[in-house]
Amino acid sequence: MHELSLLENVRGILEDHALKQNFRRVTKVTLEIGKLSCVEPEALRFGFDVVMKDSLAENAELIIAELAGLGVCRQCQQQIEMETLYDPCGYCGSSLVTVIQGSEMRIKDLIVI
Amino acid sequence: MCGICGCGQTNTTAKLKPVLGQRQHLLKHDHSHNDNHSERLVKVEQDLLSKNNAYAAQNRTYFQQHHIFTLNLVSSPGAGKTTLLVETIKVLKDRFPIAVIEGDQQTERDADRIRATGVPALQINTGRACHLDAHGTGHAVMELGVKDYSLLAIENVGNLVCPSSFDLGEAHKVVVLSVTEGDDKPIKYPDMFHAADLMIINKTDLLPYVDFDEARCIQYARQVNPDIQIIQLSATKGDNFSAWTDWLVENLSPQ
Ligand SMILES: Nc1nc2c(ncn2[C@@H]2O[C@H](COP(=O)(O)OP(=O)(O)OP(=O)(O)O)[C@@H](O)[C@H]2O)c(=O)[nH]1
Ligand SMILES: [Mg+2]
Ligand SMILES: [Zn+2]
Repeated sequence: MHELSLLENVRGILEDHALKQNFRRVTKVTLEIGKLSCVEPEALRFGFDVVMKDSLAENAELIIAELAGLGVCRQCQQQIEMETLYDPCGYCGSSLVTVIQGSEMRIKDLIVI
Repeated sequence: MCGICGCGQTNTTAKLKPVLGQRQHLLKHDHSHNDNHSERLVKVEQDLLSKNNAYAAQNRTYFQQHHIFTLNLVSSPGAGKTTLLVETIKVLKDRFPIAVIEGDQQTERDADRIRATGVPALQINTGRACHLDAHGTGHAVMELGVKDYSLLAIENVGNLVCPSSFDLGEAHKVVVLSVTEGDDKPIKYPDMFHAADLMIINKTDLLPYVDFDEARCIQYARQVNPDIQIIQLSATKGDNFSAWTDWLVENLSPQ
């Protein structure tokens, strides 16, 4: 359900940009989804065609670029790659890790006509 | 048109229809004109939740201007959010005004439970949606007429997944976890525990009957969110309840 409401937001943003940037149709949508965000790329793909039906992005291609999760350890200051929000530091084992990248859910760009 | 957010104004879909109609027309006649509507790249760089975030920012400004201390309570269904609120109101309602917004997919039941305490409550039925959003919250605040210097508690739909990404403009997200749900919830639903500032471990009166390791639960929660504050209590039996009401009073005062 959550992914569907996110996709409705995507459609809304496309419609806003269509007015502001003067285009009529979207043929490709590129999203950037962080690995640590709470959306499931597969569920987005699944819902995309349904939500975009009868809109300016009907039949548009969906590209999902995944952004890696990155954190900084508060104990040893090393930067680490994170697969989950609860990964401990790979250098010192501390669980005090601040997320610095990976929570993003963005529309990056569009190909439009 | 809506006074808070202008949402009743001609919406974008309505504005867009003529544009689409035109396009359909263009498609019908043959493509003799050279393809001047060729493809181009448009940079967007916009958060998927940018609309919700804009409404949330509006709500937050309103709350600050009116000294309203707002909490967004989240949990799985049945963790004890409404019970916690009812008991909190009993203790604190003579100290400062309290108002409650109740989010559930269906029924007025939780709002009725709050109203029975003498505090104003508004029920939002989200229908198929599994979370409250900032736009609906803003409307509810206006409809409810929340007093200045209030505590405003928003009970979100029982769901540990979706409400985590929808900012309502609250000062803090408070996640309620009951001991019957298992001590590994923080790592099973990390987004919510990452987003919350306070975790309440509720139903501690049931600890003797369930396998729930409090220390392990706290460790998991800190792994997901090193800064999370934690209070263990029983909403029905009242054990350690004052830790929570003290937290409220302390956080409300600097407003
Ligand atoms: N034993 C025990 N039961 C509790 C406690 N707090 C709540 N309950 C019970 O748990 C059940 C659910 O409580 P609610 O307050 O309705 O939970 P909720 O989180 O508001 O539920 P939803 O709004 O449906 O998500 C009720 O039967 C409560 O009496 C507690 O501290 N101890
Ligand atoms: Mg409830
Ligand atoms: Zn480290």
